[in-house]
Amino acid sequence: MEPLINIHSSAVPLPAEDIDTDQIIPARFLKAITKEGFGKNLFRDWRYDKNNDIKGDFVLNNPIYKGQILVAGKNFGCGSSREHAAWALYDYGFRVVISSYFADIFKGNALNNGILPITVSEEELHLIFRRIETDPAHHFDIDLKNQILSIDEKTKILFTIDAFKKECLLKGYDDIDFLLSLDKKITSFEESQIIY
Amino acid sequence: MGKTLFDKIWDAHIVTTVEGGKQVVYIDQHYIHEVTSPQAFNGLKTRNIDLRRKDKIIATTDHNVPTKDQHLPISEPLSRKQVETLLYNCETFGVTCYGLGHKNQGIVHVIGPELGITKPGMTIVCGDSHTSTHGAFGCIAFGIGTSQVEQVMATQCLILNKPKKMRITINGILPKGVSSKDIVLYIISKLTASGGTEHFIEFAGDTISTLSMEARMTICNMSIEMGARGGLIAPDQKTFDYIKGRKHAPDEETWEEAIQFWETLYSDDDADFDTEYSFNAEDIGPMVTYGTNPGMGIRIMDKIPSDKNSKALEYMGLRTGESLLGKEIQYVFIGSCTNSRIEDLRQVAQFVKGKHKAKHITALIVPGSKAVEEQAKKEGLDKIFAAAGFELREPGCSACLGMNEDKVPAGQYCVSTSNRNFEGRQGPGARTILASPLTAAAAAVEGKLVDVTNMV
Ligand code: SF4
Repeated sequence: MEPLINIHSSAVPLPAEDIDTDQIIPARFLKAITKEGFGKNLFRDWRYDKNNDIKGDFVLNNPIYKGQILVAGKNFGCGSSREHAAWALYDYGFRVVISSYFADIFKGNALNNGILPITVSEEELHLIFRRIETDPAHHFDIDLKNQILSIDEKTKILFTIDAFKKECLLKGYDDIDFLLSLDKKITSFEESQIIY
Repeated sequence: MGKTLFDKIWDAHIVTTVEGGKQVVYIDQHYIHEVTSPQAFNGLKTRNIDLRRKDKIIATTDHNVPTKDQHLPISEPLSRKQVETLLYNCETFGVTCYGLGHKNQGIVHVIGPELGITKPGMTIVCGDSHTSTHGAFGCIAFGIGTSQVEQVMATQCLILNKPKKMRITINGILPKGVSSKDIVLYIISKLTASGGTEHFIEFAGDTISTLSMEARMTICNMSIEMGARGGLIAPDQKTFDYIKGRKHAPDEETWEEAIQFWETLYSDDDADFDTEYSFNAEDIGPMVTYGTNPGMGIRIMDKIPSDKNSKALEYMGLRTGESLLGKEIQYVFIGSCTNSRIEDLRQVAQFVKGKHKAKHITALIVPGSKAVEEQAKKEGLDKIFAAAGFELREPGCSACLGMNEDKVPAGQYCVSTSNRNFEGRQGPGARTILASPLTAAAAAVEGKLVDVTNMV
C-alpha cells in the first residue's frame, strides 16, 4: 500500500445518495481472481450502456472532472460487503472519498485498501459540491497528519479518523504488517489457550 | 458486574489492545470459499508469507458451482476458473479443501457444523456475511472482507472494535406451522433491516431453548439481515448432543472436560446489554416478505402496510394494503445456508408426500451439503420429491444469489427459503418472497401463497 499523507487534487462530484456496492462494482465482476483491473468496471452500468457505448452524461465520462478525490452523496457504499468496491475505486485512481455518511463495512474496506473516507456534515458537503460546480478545476487540500480538509485558504474542515488506521495510512502499512509485528504475542496467546 | 455470553468469548480471545482502543482478536477457525479467497492467497504470495495455522482453515466450493452434473467440468469459464483457482491455492498452501464431488462438500455454513468443526466458545470467521450461522453453537462467528481473510491467513488475528451487545428474548409456544424462519423474519420485520446495526445479538428465552440446532442456525444465519454483526445462542444439552460423535468433536477423553467448559458459556444474570427486546411466540405467524429487503415482511394473514418505499413495491409488482394470501407464484426455491439442512428437507418431504406441485410451478430443492443430499436419499426423500414434481439438485448456494445457472426469470415470483430478497439477487428482475420451508412447499403445491397454519 502506498502511504497517503497529503493530497492536492481536483475532485469528481457524484451527488447521488445511497450509492450501493452493486453500483460501484456490479456482481458479475465478482468472478475475478485478482484485485487489479477493477477500475475499468467502476460504476460500469453508469458509465456504459447496454451496448457498451459510453454514456456521455455520466460524470466520469466528462473530461472536465478528474482527480484523486470522489465527492459523493449520503450513505456511500451501502449494500454487500464486497471489497471489490474499494479495489475498483483505488484501481481507478481515487485515494479519498468525501461524503456525509459512509456504510460501515465499506468504510473499513476503504481504509484497508489505502482509501481515506472523509465524513463531513451535510452543509459542508453542499459547500464542496458548489465549489466544484463553480470551478471544476478547483484543487482541494487534504492533510491527513493534522486531519484537515481545506476547501480553500479560509474554509478548513477538521475530520476524524481512527488513530490506528491513520498511522497505517500515513505509513502505507496495512493491518497485516502490524499483526505480523505481533508475532511473539500471538504465539504466547496460542500457547496459553485451551480449546476443544 | 457479570458478563454476557459474548463478553466471555470475546475477552478470552484478546491478544492485545492497540492505540485508540481497537483489540487484536485471535481467530480459532477460518472457513474459505472460491469467491472471496483468491485475492487473499495472492496477497500472501506477494508478501512471500505462509499461512500461520493450516490446521485452522477449511475450504469448500459453494457459491459459484453448478447444481447439476457436478462430476463434469464446470461449463461457465469464469466460474470454472474461480473454483480451479481455489483448488490450486489449497494444494499449494496445504489447506484441506472439499471440492465438488467430495463427501464433505457443501455450503460453508452447512458443512462447518455438520463436521463438528464449529463448537461453543470459539471465534469463527469466513469471507461471507452469513458466517453468523455458526453462532447457534454459542460461538462468536462473523463475516469478513477479503483483506481480513488475508490477515487471518497470515496471522490468525483481526484488529477489531468490540461491538455493542443486544439480547432478544422470545418466550411462549409457537403456533402450528410456524418455524424458526418465521421467528427471525418476524423479528427483522419489527426491528427493520438496520435495527441491529453495530450489535452482536444473543437470542434467548424458552422458545429458543426448545428449538433444534438446525432451527437455531436459521435464526443466527439471518441475524445479519437486521444489520447486526452476528448472532449467538448459549449452548445447552441440545448443542452438546448435536456435536457428539461428529468428525471434529472432542474425543472420548476430553469430552467431559469440554462439556464442563461449554457449560460456563451463558450470560450472567447481572450482565449488561446495550439494547434489549422481547417478543411473544404466540404473536408470530407464517411470514412472507413483500419488498426488497428482509425487513419488509408481514404475517401471511396481514396486509402490506403503507410504506414509504414505493420503489420496492413497484419492483415487486405489489400494492400497499394488498394481501399476499392467494398470490400466484411461479418458482419455489428450497435451499441456501438458511434452510437447506436435513431437517428442512424432512419437513418439506413430510408435507409434499402424496401431493403434487401445481402445474405452472418450477420447484427446486438444493441440499446444503453432500451429506444432506446423501442422507435425504438414504431416507427416500428423493423419491417423495420426484413423485411430487420437485427437482432435487446437487449441493451449493444456487439460486440464493444466482451466481451459477440457477436463476429466476425477470418479473416472476419466487417463494424462497433463502435470506435475501434484494433487487436482482435471484436473477435480473426476479421477485423474491422469503418464507419458511413449509410455506414454500405449500406454495409449490397450491401454486399460490397459502396460510400453512391450517394445513398441518
Ligand atoms: S447460501 Fe446464499 S447466503 Fe448462504 S453462503 Fe451461499 S450465497 Fe451466501
